[in-house]
Amino acid sequence: MNTAGFETADEKSRGAINIRNVTKVYDPDGACVLAVDNCSMDISAGEFCVVVGPSGCGKTTLLNAIAGFHGISGGEIYLDGELLCTSERMPKPGSDRIVVFQNGALFPWFTVLENVTFGPVMQGVMAKKDAEDKALHMMGQMGLQGISMNYPSEISSGMRRRVEIARALMNNPRVLLLDEPFRAMDALTKTVVHQFLLNVYDEYKTTIFFITHDLDEAIFLGSKVYIMTTRPATIKKILEVTIPRPRDFRILASPEYQRLRDECISAVHEEAVKAFKAGEREM
Amino acid sequence: MHDNATSPSHGEGLAPVENDFIRILKKRASSVAFWRGIASIVAFTLFWEFCARFHVPVIGNVPAPSEVLASLAVQIKLAYYWLSWADSMIRIFTGFIIAQIIGVPLGLFLGANNKARETLFPIFEIMRPVPPLAWVPVSVIFWPSAEMSMIFVTFLGAFFTVVLNIVEGITSIDIRYIRAAYSLGSTKRDIFWRVLLPASLPSVVVGMTVGMGITWAVVVAAEMIATNTGLGFLTWRGYVAGEYPIIVVGMMSIGLAGYLSSALIRYVGAKFTPWLKTR
Ligand SMILES: Nc1ncnc2c1ncn2[C@@H]1O[C@H](COP(=O)(O)OP(=O)(O)OP(=O)(O)O)[C@@H](O)[C@H]1O
Ligand SMILES: [Mg+2]
Repeated sequence: MNTAGFETADEKSRGAINIRNVTKVYDPDGACVLAVDNCSMDISAGEFCVVVGPSGCGKTTLLNAIAGFHGISGGEIYLDGELLCTSERMPKPGSDRIVVFQNGALFPWFTVLENVTFGPVMQGVMAKKDAEDKALHMMGQMGLQGISMNYPSEISSGMRRRVEIARALMNNPRVLLLDEPFRAMDALTKTVVHQFLLNVYDEYKTTIFFITHDLDEAIFLGSKVYIMTTRPATIKKILEVTIPRPRDFRILASPEYQRLRDECISAVHEEAVKAFKAGEREM
Repeated sequence: MHDNATSPSHGEGLAPVENDFIRILKKRASSVAFWRGIASIVAFTLFWEFCARFHVPVIGNVPAPSEVLASLAVQIKLAYYWLSWADSMIRIFTGFIIAQIIGVPLGLFLGANNKARETLFPIFEIMRPVPPLAWVPVSVIFWPSAEMSMIFVTFLGAFFTVVLNIVEGITSIDIRYIRAAYSLGSTKRDIFWRVLLPASLPSVVVGMTVGMGITWAVVVAAEMIATNTGLGFLTWRGYVAGEYPIIVVGMMSIGLAGYLSSALIRYVGAKFTPWLKTR
């Protein structure tokens, strides 16, 4: 099943993330905001981990810490057993932990092909020609043919998001960090990109850290759904999604799916109400 | 993808462009808005002619369109008229190009380097509100020749605009692009060349287009004050010598020259920012 040069031996030990008692305080000019409080998560290698939680609870904060975009105030994060961040040590962003952003971050000034080959070429791990061959092959497998010479503005938003995921996978990352990547999309485009991501996951088995507000999306895609409390974020509940893979839209009608969805909604609803009340109080 | 548009075979050389041009013209000509525009220009010209012929107070002092056309017909046969074009153009482009040569790298440097920006930018903030024309007396005193002082004020007109636009362009780049580039393994250097520079190009082009407009405004005024050549002086001379039609010829020439230079900048700018074409 595996193509594109993924070593099977390596695979089992790639992308395990252990978040231990992480705390993050934002301190812009003295106004302390406790965004994440004593949060622990254990994500095993190759897991499709989905994080849901009320708006502003600290999900992005956690993801940015793993990505190396900002530091943490307490606790530790381990990647594959190695210490990644502590309050003293902030990792550099790296091609082993690639982020796909909510609004997309394909470089508008590069063509699709230049975007997809950007990682390997920058890191100097591949000659430009080889990177292009690999990119075209990979995009072909992913159903992204015929757009390599276009600029991102010339393709649809669903295409753009898929290209961005392809750009990330070109680097053979240990973990893909997706921060509400499909948020602004219409329902039809969403079904396409969901199936795309499921196929990519079945193919590459990369560890995925996926943030969303959409509970259907969470259960449809994820192996485990981590439900967070309102700010400061901690884990409230973990749902094991036992629906087997490969999955397609038909599972949406299964009783198992309904059960998980109900469970998920009731947990999230509780937190949403708390968040709402807290918001009212702050106002 | 762009092949058929950019590399026509020899012989039918301009054919695709011409077709495009004719197509656009045809499309324009079939729109009501186009004919309304034409009608208003014709009406305006007739009104102006009428006022001049019948010596309507105030407006009637302006030479009639017919006189202006006659004067233009004479002027375009004179070497002096074309020398005026050449002199103004040389001043414009010398000042403008020097402004780009110094301004673009400086803008990029200030944009990319926070400490440098915090240190040096206040100087720009202080200088910016001073209109370039206010510099004319100082620069006439400061520079040994009138030519240099005019090129200097043209330079100033374009310089501040381009620096400010680039700095603004770079500092407003979405952090996502920079983060994505770091994630994908870029060094600081790569970030500069592959993110900051291309991301700021659209602002550079805007800065240059605006700067070009300012440059013309400045050079015309400077020519009226400080020299005896160029389109600005041609216009001024028409006034001083009482040859009023020449004033209008000069004004229109300046308008056309400004339009052509801006069109050139936009054309070159579009070549450098191909990804904006499809928006
Ligand atoms: N740079 C910052 N400075 C100060 N406070 C911040 C900063 N970034 C985030 N916060 C605050 O920290 C809290 C958590 O933010 P975060 O972006 O992690 O939430 P989130 O769960 O991703 O929310 P959303 O679902 O809306 O994306 C929020 O209350 C936010 O206001
Ligand atoms: Mg967020």
